[in-house]
Amino acid sequence: MVHWRPRADRRSLTRRGRLWTLTTVAHAVPFVGVAIVLTALEPLSFPVSAILLAKAWIIPELYAQRGGNVVRTRPRAGPEAERRSLGLLGDLVGHDARELAGATGLVLERGRLGVWLVGEAGALLVAPGGRRVWCFCVSVPDRQLPSGDRIAHLLLALRTDEAGLVTVANLAFSGARWRVRRRISRALRPALDAAAAAARG
Amino acid sequence: MSRLVRMDHTGHSTIAEWSATDPESIEAAVAALRRELDSGAIAVVSEGEGQARQVRELPVEADMVILRRPIAGG
Repeated sequence: MVHWRPRADRRSLTRRGRLWTLTTVAHAVPFVGVAIVLTALEPLSFPVSAILLAKAWIIPELYAQRGGNVVRTRPRAGPEAERRSLGLLGDLVGHDARELAGATGLVLERGRLGVWLVGEAGALLVAPGGRRVWCFCVSVPDRQLPSGDRIAHLLLALRTDEAGLVTVANLAFSGARWRVRRRISRALRPALDAAAAAARG
Repeated sequence: MSRLVRMDHTGHSTIAEWSATDPESIEAAVAALRRELDSGAIAVVSEGEGQARQVRELPVEADMVILRRPIAGG
């Protein structure tokens, strides 16, 4: 446990999300402002303004990419270990979650804070309503474990103590779901869509 | 038979098996669980979607107890 961190709850999570949005705005707005002023003062400086606007777009995209990276797949273990670990994981989840995990590699799990998508080295939390996503970097520090076991570790930790998992995990990104969706692989997008639908319902 | 299972590089290994009607098997499972907990493992009983319970003593009535390692922020 990370004793120096206050235990997370819904309120602290909301606060961190808003702070993240504020930070993103603080990164982008100065570039946009300077681009506008520069173009107003000297229209020929448009190329420089274009570069500034590109930076205002790219920086938030890089943050979203960082968030999406938490659910990237990791190197596989041997086929037999993978099979056994996925068998155990399959025993832990229901039919729908098992099917989604088979297609995307992510396990959908409803929690008190929202709907989770649990991956091998991180998890996405879709807020109630489905619009905001928190991307958490968290894993079991054992590189030899097959993928199913890595997911099962996080899933069991989540089920045992959801707030504890949020407290331990490092927040890689928080923001609009569409921004994360653009930065994850196409194969994973159905899982995020399913989580958003579950969060809306 | 109930099982004490450890997630490891093989996928998972069965550390002990016990039956509620067999005191010797329970005793062996309790000892195996104690060894694992002493080495830093966390014992969990899954109770369906969204539900799991951390245990420090062997729940004799459980079908399966899973041993996992602590997690950490990346």
